Amino acid sequence: MCRIGAIKSKKYFHPVKTLELMRSQQKGHDNSGFAFVMQDLGGIFEGYKDLPTLSMACTNDGMHIAEDILHSIGFVRVMQWTPDIHPDIEGLNIRPMPNYVFEVFNYPRSYKYAPQSEKEDLLIDTRLKLRKALEEADEGYVYSFWPDILTLKEIGDPRDIGTYFGLWDENTDFTAKIITAQCRQNTNYDIVRYAAHPFFLQGYTALVNGENTFYEKNKLFQQSLYKGYIGFESDSQCFLYTLHYVNKILKWPLKYFKHVITPLPYDEITNRADRDILLKIKASLAHLEINGPNAMIGVTPDGTLFTVCDSKKLRPVVVGGDDDTVIITSEVTGINEVLPNRDISCDIYPTEREMVVIDNDLKIERWHQ
Amino acid sequence: MAPIDTRIIKSNDISKDDLMWQIEYNPQRCTLCGKCAAACTFNAIKPDIERRRKVYSEGSEPKPNVKWITEPVIKQIVRTNKNCVGCGMCAKVCPNEAIKPVYNDKHRMNVKYRAENAESPKRGGRTNLHTEGRTLDKIKIGRISQMTDPSLDAQRHTFDLLAPFGRVLPPEQLPFVVKDGELEMEQSGPKTQWIYPIIIGDMSIGALSTRMWEAVAIATAYLNEIVGLPVRMCSGEGGMPLKLLKSRYLKYMILQIASGHFGWDRIINTMPEMTEDPAGILIKIGQGAKPGDGGLLLAKKVVRHIQEIRGVPKSDLLSPPNHQGLYSIEESVQKMFLSMNSAFKFRVPVAIKVAASTTSVSVYNNLLRDPYNIVGGFFLDGIAGGTGAAHEVSLDHTGHPIVSRLRDCYLAAVHQGKQGQIPLWAAGGIGMNGTLAADAFKMICLGANGVFTGKLILQIAGCVGNDYGKCNACNTGLCPVGITTQNRTLVDRLDVDKVAENIVNYFIATNTELKKLMAPIGNSSLPVGRSDALVTVDKSVATRLEIQHVC
Repeated sequence: MCRIGAIKSKKYFHPVKTLELMRSQQKGHDNSGFAFVMQDLGGIFEGYKDLPTLSMACTNDGMHIAEDILHSIGFVRVMQWTPDIHPDIEGLNIRPMPNYVFEVFNYPRSYKYAPQSEKEDLLIDTRLKLRKALEEADEGYVYSFWPDILTLKEIGDPRDIGTYFGLWDENTDFTAKIITAQCRQNTNYDIVRYAAHPFFLQGYTALVNGENTFYEKNKLFQQSLYKGYIGFESDSQCFLYTLHYVNKILKWPLKYFKHVITPLPYDEITNRADRDILLKIKASLAHLEINGPNAMIGVTPDGTLFTVCDSKKLRPVVVGGDDDTVIITSEVTGINEVLPNRDISCDIYPTEREMVVIDNDLKIERWHQ
Repeated sequence: MAPIDTRIIKSNDISKDDLMWQIEYNPQRCTLCGKCAAACTFNAIKPDIERRRKVYSEGSEPKPNVKWITEPVIKQIVRTNKNCVGCGMCAKVCPNEAIKPVYNDKHRMNVKYRAENAESPKRGGRTNLHTEGRTLDKIKIGRISQMTDPSLDAQRHTFDLLAPFGRVLPPEQLPFVVKDGELEMEQSGPKTQWIYPIIIGDMSIGALSTRMWEAVAIATAYLNEIVGLPVRMCSGEGGMPLKLLKSRYLKYMILQIASGHFGWDRIINTMPEMTEDPAGILIKIGQGAKPGDGGLLLAKKVVRHIQEIRGVPKSDLLSPPNHQGLYSIEESVQKMFLSMNSAFKFRVPVAIKVAASTTSVSVYNNLLRDPYNIVGGFFLDGIAGGTGAAHEVSLDHTGHPIVSRLRDCYLAAVHQGKQGQIPLWAAGGIGMNGTLAADAFKMICLGANGVFTGKLILQIAGCVGNDYGKCNACNTGLCPVGITTQNRTLVDRLDVDKVAENIVNYFIATNTELKKLMAPIGNSSLPVGRSDALVTVDKSVATRLEIQHVC
């Protein structure tokens, strides 16, 4: 079982907090990787919030391939940051890539007056192009290319990954206000970096503890909905794509995401005032329904953090916090580790029929489906 | 004794050896009660007298004497029509197990009948040629939830087992606007009904005895109102009783219109008096059992009340193979679908039923691209479907198996990114092995939204026919169990309440079984298109259906 976690704070914080959050929840062979997505960046990235940041792990050749592509499109590098890695420490359980690239770019000049939608299109097209080129050459992985977002995914023991990247040394250079993380690589199938949660697309992040037994029908439907719905290395990517589709493409309010992935039974819908809407959603988006045990954490582009479960509540998730920080994670032991002094009577164990949503003021709302 | 002249044997004479069914009769057990002859609706047996020569001897030394006796017996009539169909009514009524029909697998009736009568043999039932095994039986539900995800509990968890009937709009075309963080309907869209994923297939009042049809209607109403399963029944081509048209039970009925348009004058005339909308309209273009052929109701079944319901005189009723005046899909969408939709002011879904064919995917693709969004269901009927009457050559030699065709249609929709927009309903041998839930479930995993079944309903009601030449006499009007006849005496054999009860019971059992199949794969709603749940040991089936091959 995957453990997932998310920390959202009013203040910038370092990813070591997510390591602490996740390490305490590890069991058995869960510790097979570590991945996180940082949103609303602080430290050295704070001054570049409007500019796309590339997160990539690659070989030297892969670096050249990517730079050539970015250059040909017209992107101009503004800033580059490389984590302070420690390859000399022996005995670390990690399968590192030669290079970890976090670069901030200026948009091509021709996009100076382009509307936001065109810029977003350019970013997704560029990322897909980079991914394809790196994949074909087997020279690396590109995880995200989006303003104010950093992604790192690595295979190995999370503690050792932390040591390798110096993440145990908390500092103010490498921080964010939202970090989502997971400490496990895929254990059911081949270990593939792209299969590691969290998944990110155009400002949306999703990570899931569970098994999506409607993976095949989700995938077959999603693959024709939008060009960015690719990969499908994990059945959990379907959550991200559905979230993106409902909120970004269809422009429906976030609460309808729950109605899409776990529609209410017909009998209940017919007793509601909004039955016509819900029945149309149930029919039209039937292939985006999820089944199986799942607890999901999601982040939207505006920084809203939320969690939602399958319709039978078959996987755990808990929400806890204090005035400055809210944490959503699989097991309460993780929150205890990071926020031992919070008021535990305020912890929320979401039900199968609700979305727990945290806004940028850390106000927690429980949206009943 | 005079020599026997063997020239009295004519080589073309029909003999008992030619018949498909031979009566095995044991005079030692017979009480001569005559029930068998009375019960035989086909006049295939008769009381007769046999002359017997007995040699006997009296006294202590052999001294043979001859005496001639006459013995009353039951005898099979040997001829090319009205011969024994193997229905077994004689055996059923015999108090002493003295008589029964026995299948003659070396029979020559398919030659003799044509040669004698210059006529294409007709019958009911379904294909009797078993040239291949049933594909569905080669498929198992092999993806079981264990460890990676939990199985559900069929008894305790809740399951949502409903399927859409009606056009489903693609998400981007839904008539929604966002107001104050809520979605609101800007205008109404096509009507979608949510119904049980098994429809009782279209068997007309006329093909069935009125009482049988009523029993199915009673069962349907009971399933909806008492059991809580929203099962729908399709009327078949042939109209409906006026009383039912005007009743609240109409909402459980899908009205069928086929190329003969039988019964539609009464339906249309009754519309002002309808208190409920019907559940849907099904435009029948073709039928799996006899694709490319129209309906066939022989005059002997067109009795007075059938004439009234259908609005026709007593004669053979042959629906044309085509809807006259329709020459293309686009035109049928514009003419027929629009007119049927507008007849009920777009409140009632209108679906189409076609026979499975190598052209099915083209038809489905075309309908999916219909810009008016008015085709509310694609009913695909395979070769193993049943019929009340058809030429045997059609039943056995025309048609297309349902499984791969259904799968092809689903994958064609996937290819277009339009899966689910015109719900797929599959039939043609569904429940043929008696386990409807398993067949339905597998078809759903392959992409069907639901299935429809007819022949099975007759078997639940007591039909004695099978797919190995037994009975199949639905066309004759002589149905020995009162199901497909309008003969009052025969209909009296049918216990209407018991038939309704059996159908209801079967559906209750099927509902439990569907849950027992959903629970192990961890699904609480119908796994439409979840072919990853299926496996097969047959490599060709695996390749063709794109499911996992196992051994």
